[in-house]
Amino acid sequence: MALEGFTHLIPSAAGHEIIRQGRRDLTLIRMTPDLIYDQLIGAGCTAKLQFSWGGNPGVGSLHRLRDAVENNWPRPLALEEHAHAGMAAAYAAGASNLPFGLLRGYVGSDLPKYNPNIKFIECPFTGERLAAIPAIRPDVTVIHAQKADRKGNVLLWGVVGVQKEAVMGAKHAIVTVEEIVDKLDSPPNALVLPTWVVSAVCQVKGGAFPSYAQGYYPRNNAFYKRWDNISRERESFTAWIDRHILGTKNFDEFRRSMEEAANA
Amino acid sequence: MPETTYTADEMMTVAAARMLRNGTVCFVGIGLPSAAANVARLTHAPDVVLIYESGPIATKPTVLPLSIGDGELSETAETVVSIPEMFSYWLQGGRIDFGFLGAAQIDRFANINTTVIGDYHKPKTRLPGAGGAPEIAASSKEVLITLRQNKRAFVNTLDFMTSAGHFEGGDSRKRLGLPGKGPTAVITDLCMMLPDPETKELTLSSLHPGITVDKVMENTGWPLKVAPKVATTEPPTATELQILRDLNERTARAHAGQA
Repeated sequence: MALEGFTHLIPSAAGHEIIRQGRRDLTLIRMTPDLIYDQLIGAGCTAKLQFSWGGNPGVGSLHRLRDAVENNWPRPLALEEHAHAGMAAAYAAGASNLPFGLLRGYVGSDLPKYNPNIKFIECPFTGERLAAIPAIRPDVTVIHAQKADRKGNVLLWGVVGVQKEAVMGAKHAIVTVEEIVDKLDSPPNALVLPTWVVSAVCQVKGGAFPSYAQGYYPRNNAFYKRWDNISRERESFTAWIDRHILGTKNFDEFRRSMEEAANA
Repeated sequence: MPETTYTADEMMTVAAARMLRNGTVCFVGIGLPSAAANVARLTHAPDVVLIYESGPIATKPTVLPLSIGDGELSETAETVVSIPEMFSYWLQGGRIDFGFLGAAQIDRFANINTTVIGDYHKPKTRLPGAGGAPEIAASSKEVLITLRQNKRAFVNTLDFMTSAGHFEGGDSRKRLGLPGKGPTAVITDLCMMLPDPETKELTLSSLHPGITVDKVMENTGWPLKVAPKVATTEPPTATELQILRDLNERTARAHAGQA
């Protein structure tokens, strides 16, 4: 499955719920694993990760991702590693119902030596060597968006990443939104995902925390910095997951438990 | 001009900023490149077009973004495009004059590693990975690289080649078929290095004030070539320092707050 959102609109609340439900052996796809996949990896939900940049942006490492790769904790993690351009092309191919994404990429890089899913083909017209990446067709894609209307049409704006491609290429797409409104009032070329390409819409106010929802709340850069400490050691990570994710029933309780911890 | 004190990092950022020409289009990496690109925009290059891989085009952030996709970037941009559009139409499409990158490791031909330290399957340190870098390094017309200089970063052999610079030197990059010219300068906290026009090997061309050739050598993992005439980098001007410090101060204030 893919939980997408490039820095912005990251579906964190949905990620928490996957941990709460104790899902295991997931293959997780995401260009930038971010804190949400650090949590899913550290909580033992993840067997394989397909990604192109796995850090805590501007802060440093994703310690749980590193611990899984370097020490197999809490379980071994298989990696399928790409560059952003390759992942983007593969998502676009998935949405286009094509077998692979095509790009001028990976030339000179060692990545193709370690990832058998990066292959090269010859352009039938010019003979140029181009990279081919299998289309990404997730069983389930989850994204977070700003708004949906009562019919389930979804509107998002700002940094929109690969969310449209990830939804259009998926068998099922789930969208969490900041608010549900009577009318979207969107201009004609706005990024609207019509209700019939979306399987379900759930309102989860604040559900992109600690990333942001443009027009609603800013990125919580201070929490991204704090995550470096929380996630650095297995004990402090596990205590955080136990208290704030497994110890809460839903996202509202999660938010309350975070507030209590901050005020303690 | 009065005597001004500044740090090695400030010298690096200012020296890197000066390499960015006004009116050009720059694809900006996060961290040191982002600081340098914005100092350029706030000093000699007001018409530089800054593009971040998250989608913002012609962004003018008042504070430095912590991540590559902070709201500050999209709110101050002329337009924001999707990721597939960014990499296909804008980067692969040949619209980028400068790619501005950082690195964990760099070799004598300015190839860079941001993937692993040690063996790929049993890494000593797992780094974040490629992100946009391989294609930024490939398709930008020129590439600038900025990072701090020490023997852990400036290595004889990369543990992993994430993004090709001048590959094996000489015309090897061209033979690979990479569209852009490749790295045209590497700017560190000690000096600036330029690739030799023929061999493409990095050559020490300018020392920051107070830095010796020996000091650079001590912090480089191979016998670095030295240009016949090594220049001394102009120290940061009072204006450059003021603008950089104000930017850093605004940034620190904006990123503080409750987690």
